[in-house]
Amino acid sequence: MKYGILINEGPYQHQASDTALQFVKAAIEKGHEIYRIFFYNDGVNNATRLATPPQDDRNITKEWSSLAKEHNIDMVVCVAAAQRRGILDKGEAERNGKDSDNIEEGFRISGLGQLVEAGIQADRLITFGD
Amino acid sequence: MSEEGIVKKFMYVNRKSPYGTIYALESLEVVLISAAFDQDVSLTFTDDGVYQLMKNQNTDGIGMKNFSSTYSALGDYEIKKIFIDKESLDERGLSLSDLQELVWEDEDEDYAEKSSINLVSRAELSEIMSQQDVVMSF
Amino acid sequence: MSMLHTINKSPFENSSVSSCLSMCAKDSSILFIEDAVISVMKSTKFTEMVENSLKDFRIYALKPDLEARGLSLNNVIEGVEIVGYDKFVDLTTEHDTVQSWL
Repeated sequence: MKYGILINEGPYQHQASDTALQFVKAAIEKGHEIYRIFFYNDGVNNATRLATPPQDDRNITKEWSSLAKEHNIDMVVCVAAAQRRGILDKGEAERNGKDSDNIEEGFRISGLGQLVEAGIQADRLITFGD
Repeated sequence: MSEEGIVKKFMYVNRKSPYGTIYALESLEVVLISAAFDQDVSLTFTDDGVYQLMKNQNTDGIGMKNFSSTYSALGDYEIKKIFIDKESLDERGLSLSDLQELVWEDEDEDYAEKSSINLVSRAELSEIMSQQDVVMSF
Repeated sequence: MSMLHTINKSPFENSSVSSCLSMCAKDSSILFIEDAVISVMKSTKFTEMVENSLKDFRIYALKPDLEARGLSLNNVIEGVEIVGYDKFVDLTTEHDTVQSWL
């Protein structure tokens, strides 16, 4: 089955991203396809590579990044939500005159249409949030 | 922009009041985008979500943008199925007259304005929800 | 069409649990995750509400979330099925639509 995943909360503050991660791992384990993971609301904060959680804590951003790499998952960060919260890729940083970008490898910034499209193309859309 | 002709029933469920959190505003942004995909879109307002449609919102004192007028544009985006949970209104001492009127123009009837708002019971709402293909809750 | 509802809020925190229970169509399934797993424990002020709703719904609770909170599986209301993430995935395939009560 093809899954679209919507994540609406940032890491650490709320369990939503952790639950989503466990769900996605279990779905892959069962042979399902992850069509797209879409990060919206504060969920865009999952994409910053500048976060440095304590060494004995999990690094949620890295976990998403390596999972996506291993299984070739499309991870999309909403551009409007990302701009509000200072999540930028190189192009966005240049366009907005910012001195750096901060997006982790494996995430890409795109529009909300990618969420609607995931809803259309996937067999199930599962939301994780607060 | 339809995706290979697939038309799904999308329902956006709004359960939070505006301004206290960003969910109402960012939910509305998804709804407006989804209109471009020619899908069968409906909106539900329930629990504190009914406060999103209150008349006379004035955000001058809190320094935030008042986005309540955007709801009245939904009809122009061909989003004309708005469900409001009657029990949530009752619980809060509200009635439809406290909420904005949302309308759409029927091209087939000389652009007559028709109400987009459907006041529904929880039993009706659960029936409508169970007919959806995609439910997004904010 | 069958629906799976997930809830992640403690019933002591807000009305998501009671709203969901009053708005779900009969024969829906409800999965309690994250802080919502508190709902399925015996001897709370919400126990009776959840027990009554077992007549209309299949109710599940996520085991890792119960365990993480030190909630004894022996104190879970009878009739509530305790499941792992693998069964969470199965529930989403077995139902046509999934609604998250955030």
